[in-house]
Amino acid sequence: MIISSLDKPLARNLYDQILRTYLFEENLHLLYRKGELMGGLYTGSGNEGVAVASTIMLIEGDVIAPSHRGIGAHFVRGETFRGMMLQLMAKAEGGTKGRDNAAHQGSMKRGILGMISHLAVMPANAMGCALAHKIKKNGNVALGFIGEGSTSLGDFHETLNMAAVLKLPFVMIIENNQWAYSTSTKYQYACKQLSDRALGYGIPGFTIDGTDAELVYQTVNEAVVRARAGQGPTLIEAVTMRLRGHSAADMAEYVPKEVLEEWKEKLPHKLYRDKLMARGWWSEQEDQALVAKISTEIDEAVAYAKNAADPEPWSGLDGVYAD
Amino acid sequence: MSKETTYLEAIRQALFEEMRRDNTVFVIGEDIAQFGGAFKVTKGLLAEFGADRVIDAPIAESAIVAAAIGAAMCGMRPVVEMQFADFVTNAYNMLVSNAAKAHYRWSQPVPMVVRCPSGGGIHGGPFHSTNPEGIFFHIPGLKLVCPSTPSDARGLLKSAIRDNNPVLFFEHKFLYRRAKEVLTEDDGAVPLGLAKIVRAGTDLTIVTYGSTVPMSLEAAEKLAQEDYEVEVIDLRTVLPWDRQTVLDSVKRTSRALVIHEDTRTGGIGAEIAATISELCFEYLDAPVGRVASHDTPVPFAPPLEEFFMPSAAKIEIELRRVLNF
Repeated sequence: MIISSLDKPLARNLYDQILRTYLFEENLHLLYRKGELMGGLYTGSGNEGVAVASTIMLIEGDVIAPSHRGIGAHFVRGETFRGMMLQLMAKAEGGTKGRDNAAHQGSMKRGILGMISHLAVMPANAMGCALAHKIKKNGNVALGFIGEGSTSLGDFHETLNMAAVLKLPFVMIIENNQWAYSTSTKYQYACKQLSDRALGYGIPGFTIDGTDAELVYQTVNEAVVRARAGQGPTLIEAVTMRLRGHSAADMAEYVPKEVLEEWKEKLPHKLYRDKLMARGWWSEQEDQALVAKISTEIDEAVAYAKNAADPEPWSGLDGVYAD
Repeated sequence: MSKETTYLEAIRQALFEEMRRDNTVFVIGEDIAQFGGAFKVTKGLLAEFGADRVIDAPIAESAIVAAAIGAAMCGMRPVVEMQFADFVTNAYNMLVSNAAKAHYRWSQPVPMVVRCPSGGGIHGGPFHSTNPEGIFFHIPGLKLVCPSTPSDARGLLKSAIRDNNPVLFFEHKFLYRRAKEVLTEDDGAVPLGLAKIVRAGTDLTIVTYGSTVPMSLEAAEKLAQEDYEVEVIDLRTVLPWDRQTVLDSVKRTSRALVIHEDTRTGGIGAEIAATISELCFEYLDAPVGRVASHDTPVPFAPPLEEFFMPSAAKIEIELRRVLNF
């Protein structure tokens, strides 16, 4: 694989998006502790580099199926803090009008499939979008995200096999955060690394460090370029660490503390900030200004969403069918 | 005289006509392109429309339905062929968790059709004979269509393809080559959600669909010789079902018999019987009757299968019981 480096504007944008995802999610945990969020909270601390860096090169018409830990991908594709907050607070104005929880909103205008909780279904759904792209010959691609846990389901296999056989413009990205609720990789799969499975489908497969945003960008970009050129699907495993519990209610005492300590040093936004500063592409002053700007945006979104209307009880009866 | 068209040919004709009319319509399934499908429904499509729109897929019903869902969300109108309706269980999660809930959850239409060759009477055994519509009857967001005649098969499939919701289209294998009719030359689309009174009567209302429609008509004719006039309603679309036509009829006839080939317990007939009892109780002269298959898997041996399923003779017995209650 040829590794090309990012130019300065793209690199700065990548950092901006990773940072805003990180700060937004940190804020969600504060809101959760204050009891201001509905239901469970599932965030992607430690994963934000993957969601952002693997979608930032996409163009209009491309479709992604992001995971619940990948809300950065929503932001990259045009979701606002306000929109996300309305959704997470189950408000009438939210993406699902209060009908579904977490980041389950979708929008084909943004090229985002509305997630369902059966995680292995989502890349399969994205594979279908890739089929539409192929039929239309529009040069678009589709990306499916999946956790290492859901690679154990049959849909993972069916999807990659069909995408390979039909040579679809599709990329499967495994966000391997090493824990599926309390199940570690040892109890999830017996192969050395999940990208080894690519061989069985006759497609390229890569395992990369998911905390290295630039590496994620470059690897996914190569796969996207291949897909657009009609060269078929790619399997990419991005290895990270789930730095919090499965949900905010899970203390994750089953994860060895020393492992968490080790990976906490590898927060994607921190690693990438250091890299940009070393290149002279980013400064401490710029960083402080950006953090302040994002924090203000988050506060505004939270204030708006808190005061937004709840759905009317009877509003849940309509919309079962499309006209 | 015009040529008669079989139920199977009528389905094929609808596919040709819709694919010519709308280039977003495509078909995908197992053995459907070069081979023309296990029942030859899709024969000839590949030659006219090419491999981009007539797609042979690996044997993976879940991924096939997933592919259709994704393509539908991207502006296509896929028509999936299940080789046999029985295998749709492999795609249950895709249909129920994803396709059926998408519009409710995020306002996303999913215009797709899953064609399911269903039903028994062909000695197919437990895995090539089922009527799985009852499994999906309980799922808000799906539409279920069960035609009983060639003109309805053609017309309902057209409407199903044009509909913006996931539609399961249960085509009965026993009727494939047995049901014949002269089709009209026009577009022939039949709206979803409307039942049809296929025989008018005053003494009892049969509510049925699919393969048991011809059986019901046969039994009704038999009783007509004894001056009983039985009304037969073909639901055609079983979800959402046409309550108005059914309730209006029962209010006129005061007796009802609900019939389907699917098994009895928790079946579609149970819901229809309950609705009639709830909303027409004061009009009824007898409890609502039901004829359905026994609560077992579909058995293979001809005597077992015959005993298992409804027939005109069994319907006749039940008709007499309800009429003479």
